[in-house]
Amino acid sequence: MFRILFSAGLRVLTQAGFVAVVVGVLSFFLTRSLPGDAAFRIAAGRYGYDNVNAASAAAVRAELGLDLPAWQQLLTWVGDLASFRLGQSMVSGESVFEHLAPTLGATLHLSLAAWVLAVVLGVVLGTIAEVRRGWIAHVIDKVCTVLRGSPPFLIGLLLMLGLAVHLKWLPVAGYGDTENVVLPALTLALALCGGIAQVVRSRLEQVLASDAFEFAQIKGLPLGAALWRHAAPAVALPTLAYSGVQLILLIEGVVVVETLFAWPGVGHALVHSVVERDVPVIQGAALLMGLLFVVLNTLVDTAVKLLDPRQREGNGAVASEGEFA
Amino acid sequence: MKASRYLHLAIAGATALAGHVAWAQSQGADRTLSVVAPWEISNVDPSKAGYVFTRLEIAETLMSVNNAGVLAGGLAASWETSPDQLKWRFKLRPGAKFHDGTPVTAEAAVKSLERALTQPGVLRSANIKKISAAPGNVVVELDKPFAPLLAYLAHSSTQILAPASYGTDGSVKTVIGSGPYKISKLQIPQRLDTERFAQYDGKAPAIEKVSYLAASRGETRGMLAESGKADLVFTHDAVAIDRLKGKSSVQFHTISMPRTVSLKVNAGLPKFADVRVRQALSLAMDREGIAKAILREPTAQATQIFPPSLGDWHVKGLKPLEHNLAQARELLKAAGWQPDASGILHKDGQPFKATMRTFSDRPELPRVATALQAQLRQVGIDAAVAIVNSSEIPAGHADGTLELAVVARSYALVPDPIATLQQDYGPKGGDWGAMGWSSPQLLGALDSLISGSDEKARPQLRSTITSVLQTELPVIPIAWIQQTSSSSARIANLSFDPYETSYRISQLVWK
Repeated sequence: MFRILFSAGLRVLTQAGFVAVVVGVLSFFLTRSLPGDAAFRIAAGRYGYDNVNAASAAAVRAELGLDLPAWQQLLTWVGDLASFRLGQSMVSGESVFEHLAPTLGATLHLSLAAWVLAVVLGVVLGTIAEVRRGWIAHVIDKVCTVLRGSPPFLIGLLLMLGLAVHLKWLPVAGYGDTENVVLPALTLALALCGGIAQVVRSRLEQVLASDAFEFAQIKGLPLGAALWRHAAPAVALPTLAYSGVQLILLIEGVVVVETLFAWPGVGHALVHSVVERDVPVIQGAALLMGLLFVVLNTLVDTAVKLLDPRQREGNGAVASEGEFA
Repeated sequence: MKASRYLHLAIAGATALAGHVAWAQSQGADRTLSVVAPWEISNVDPSKAGYVFTRLEIAETLMSVNNAGVLAGGLAASWETSPDQLKWRFKLRPGAKFHDGTPVTAEAAVKSLERALTQPGVLRSANIKKISAAPGNVVVELDKPFAPLLAYLAHSSTQILAPASYGTDGSVKTVIGSGPYKISKLQIPQRLDTERFAQYDGKAPAIEKVSYLAASRGETRGMLAESGKADLVFTHDAVAIDRLKGKSSVQFHTISMPRTVSLKVNAGLPKFADVRVRQALSLAMDREGIAKAILREPTAQATQIFPPSLGDWHVKGLKPLEHNLAQARELLKAAGWQPDASGILHKDGQPFKATMRTFSDRPELPRVATALQAQLRQVGIDAAVAIVNSSEIPAGHADGTLELAVVARSYALVPDPIATLQQDYGPKGGDWGAMGWSSPQLLGALDSLISGSDEKARPQLRSTITSVLQTELPVIPIAWIQQTSSSSARIANLSFDPYETSYRISQLVWK
């Protein structure tokens, strides 16, 4: 157990360092390769397009040292990063960390809610489809396929129309009140749950067809208890592993969904900083999203290792659930 | 069987959640006015997002705009100017207090105005020499007379904040204003909550609490209005207008704004230097079609640069800009352009090609540009559309690469179009205005207006400017922007400020 946690810690540090450098350098060069004059863009971000002119752009250029060679600007950023500073926003002037810290909280709140909801929905749908079979399974299968193929933007708009505009159960968009998280989280969850449901179903199919499960029922266990005792652990592992892989979809989806629902998260900040050519904020936001992915992925991997008796080295246990495959 | 129990559980859970949410909403809806607009609160600095704080009546400027659209006192109770118009004296409202309880002093006002002068913004072009404080008075000294000064002092970047708003480095840390509402919660960049300021020296507003949400997507704003949860929603996409107009729970409002969609032309290029070519471009435009099909507002069709809402500047008898393809072709022919077999015009072996830049900050602009592209093709001009960041237009103006641009120019940077004209039609043109074009006649009229000629001559000077722009067309007007907004059935006494200096929430009442 200790060894697993230690190796996970070590891995997350190495990965994080690697991600930080690659993401930072890549976003720096990608932003620089965009067409257009950065000073004018930043001035537009600061003062609004009505007030952008050569004078305000010149003021921005002088203030920010945009004429410095690229390598000098990049070196400054790397130096700052090495001392755990992310620099200052070119548009607002405040420190990137102060700018992004609240957005990270908002994004974590939204993505965790979405992820938990996606797993719950996926497990429930997958289980119903496999246990009940028949037309309901058919419907769930179709719905899952459609959900997997739908962009979160579309799902979000439909949910807004249905649940907020017509039924008036939830606010359309906004931030700051408890109920505001439900619609964006549900949007992301629906986009993710289709895949999870299909994994749950196919794994459950194997389990239900196994001799061990049949024996459990023959010895008199009711279906619910048999599912809980014998199927749940076997299904949990691949589901968890798969939903970990889906985190990347979640982080991608956050960018679109946050803008649609006026949710002030990292994705939203990223979109705005790209438009405004605010390089330090782009680097900071991309970095945070990259690190978020590394951390969440490590958490999932570690959880999988701790749950899987085959990977839990040293305790010698070989659980019967492992035999179902 | 057991699975269905889980299903029931899930349904019960969802119902409970929906119930809880409905309950929370009924509790939370204790008379908070919900305002939605596309503008994010990027910063607390008055020179950046200051308009959010003045529109929500948190911070005040010395001057303001009254319901009749005329300049009136804001924090200044009265003002006077010296006979040579070089010294202006503003007397502050004696009872005015900042939200931290301290009185509004002339020193505080001077500090805010001096800071505005150090930031890029309109105040820099107001010929200001010195701003100083006398007891209860703010004194502004000028290098040379500047008649539109009062309008400049209504700009949001000149808002007066309490000394405690500033950090040690002089930057603004928090907005402590003197308006009828004070900030109760600020979550940059999305949300701002305000409540009534008990010590406000004017009439106490009827609306107790306000919650402002910045929603940058038009779809989101449209649905917020439709759901009835938002009381005031500003700027709707043209595509949503018909749907919202059909809703009985939503009141839809259209107000003519001092903002004109126009085609900025680089008259420094040989192909556009000939006034006949610019007139032909104008004649090729089907403004009626654009207004109806894209802006969904037939009255948006521009017949001259200033909309009728700018009463002083809109010239009634002026010959309107027309759509006449035959005349356009004739003018182009007279300017030496001949169509080839495919219909594209040529001159000296060169085809008539141009790139038209536009941006999507206002969603209608790219659509207007593509419509124009098709209309110009009818007279043989091969125009390409480039949808770029808004800053590419001033940048292209500066480096001379810009050919054509579809822009939406505001004539209400301050509540007097002269600020925009000064920027756009100077001797070297302007980033959002003329390019490679200037007119001594227009410059003379503009100078006389700025230096404060006598009141009787002013209408004639204004009409000269409008007429020169109509004949010479350095910038070709296409459509007058209409501000679209919607309100819920809960509120009454609604009015709109075409200069967008205030949402006038303090005048609203609950029904």
